[in-house]
Amino acid sequence: MAEGLWPLLRRDRGALLAAALLSLLLLLILLGPLLSPYAVDSIDFDADWAQPPQWAGRHWFGTDGLGRDVFVRSLEGGRVSLLVGIAATAVSLLIGVAYGAIAGYFGGRLDELMMRAVDILYALPFLFLVILLMVLFGREFWLVFVAIGAINWLDMARIVRGETLALKQREFVLAARASGLGDFAILWGQILPNLLGTVAVVATLTVPQVILTESFLSFLGLGVQEPATSWGALVNDGAREMERTPWTLLFPAGLLALTLLCLNRLGDALSDALERGAD
Amino acid sequence: MSRYALLRLLTALPTLLLLVTLSFFLMRLAPGGPFDGERSLPPEIEASLRAEYHLDEPLPQQYLRYLGGLLRGDLGPSFQYQGFRVRELIAAGLPVSLSLGLLAMALALLLGGATGVVASLRPGSVLDRGLMSLAMLGISVPSYVVGPLLVLLFAVLLRWLPAGGWEPGRWSDLLLPVLALALPQIAAIARLLRGSMLEVLRQPYIRTARAKGLPESRVVLVHALKPALLPVLSYLGPATAGLITGSVVVEQVFGLPGIGRYFVQGALNRDYTLVLGVVLVYGAMIVLFNFLVDLLYGLLDPRLRRA
Repeated sequence: MAEGLWPLLRRDRGALLAAALLSLLLLLILLGPLLSPYAVDSIDFDADWAQPPQWAGRHWFGTDGLGRDVFVRSLEGGRVSLLVGIAATAVSLLIGVAYGAIAGYFGGRLDELMMRAVDILYALPFLFLVILLMVLFGREFWLVFVAIGAINWLDMARIVRGETLALKQREFVLAARASGLGDFAILWGQILPNLLGTVAVVATLTVPQVILTESFLSFLGLGVQEPATSWGALVNDGAREMERTPWTLLFPAGLLALTLLCLNRLGDALSDALERGAD
Repeated sequence: MSRYALLRLLTALPTLLLLVTLSFFLMRLAPGGPFDGERSLPPEIEASLRAEYHLDEPLPQQYLRYLGGLLRGDLGPSFQYQGFRVRELIAAGLPVSLSLGLLAMALALLLGGATGVVASLRPGSVLDRGLMSLAMLGISVPSYVVGPLLVLLFAVLLRWLPAGGWEPGRWSDLLLPVLALALPQIAAIARLLRGSMLEVLRQPYIRTARAKGLPESRVVLVHALKPALLPVLSYLGPATAGLITGSVVVEQVFGLPGIGRYFVQGALNRDYTLVLGVVLVYGAMIVLFNFLVDLLYGLLDPRLRRA
């Protein structure tokens, strides 16, 4: 299924552009800080409020009010945001796939009960519970992505359940059962590998959502804490100083928007391709 | 129909109860309390304060006391704002939050709807691609990025509008916040409506309507739009939730005195009752909106009433 996506995707020039841009951004985020002589929290006392581009001092994106380099900080913030995005997506993937596959595979009353619970959870303003969680239980890094992942698995569970319902009627699953394989062996060996394409698409669309949530929390001052930083935290800092140093807002905000844009565009194209592939 | 409505309402109540229960115990299990100030209070005074607010009772009893208060419409006293009831605080902030949210919702429906319909008329055209690229950008840029950028552009650089703050009756104060809050929803609704319009416009009965010689505007705006609105209708529930969470930051960015600021500040100060009150109001709004959407859905699509 996954290899079937490529020919469908290849014709979509917008999606290819998004993928290329995303790779560039990734490369920049990973390698960019090596190009700069500054560290995330190093303070250049000769150059606070430096307006970009400052070629002589090698502050390409300028500095903030403390003389910290905006280029390095924006990329470091991106590294943290992407890391949280991927880790939280992994959490949501784990819960969602297990939940959806079990509900779909066993079906019947269990399925009804499990999906009813998902319906009820859908109606809860979950983000508020996460905010409470973050405020009340300190702001530990792992809590950020576990909490975000724990609220983002509902879509995954629904989609995986639907897919599993269809898969379990297929001949190869019936054959596996006839040959005496147990339920969990079938789930693991027959159902799960065939879910991968769908899961990959949903995960691609989950990552930008999760990054949004993380930066929302960081913007409120509840997510990643100093001295660590993320795009949300940088946008928050930048917004406070935007009258004096608009670049401290524009660079992280721009990188955040560009990344989300590419991820959304790519996810859209993938789900389109998957849909067309299924027809 | 009334049975359908009643059933929907009955499933809404447990949701609210679940929300209140979760929030109540989550807060109480957290370390810290409302009287951990900078200076610690003498033990006798703290004990009498705790007794005054019934914090010395066992947790289940406090929980039941709170629920009992809710039944009488009492949200309890605020810990942080001495001498105020939570009901009074929320009543003071709610008009601001409600105007912000409802205006943003109206703007999102109008602009998002118009954009979606226009884009669907010539799929693949330059206009369609342009609008959809903008919409893609719109869903990628959150309110708390749009907000500061709007302030930077209109208040700092152009000096057309105030950067923030609020005076009762000065509606220009709401212009930028409403726009910042609505933009992501405008984009989401435009994308959704374009997709469902394209689907509907392919249907045979649209061809029939055109073959009968009806004017194109009538075919699009009456025959096609009505069924195409159903997915938008079901999106209104999530949209409400999105607007509410967005309003927490938008109120902060623009310094509006709504109820959003009570939430984060209240949780930091362990103002249990205030936070619960705000969660309850937000939850009730989301549940109410979902309920209205369900009702409207039942009205528009009779097949669902039996479900």
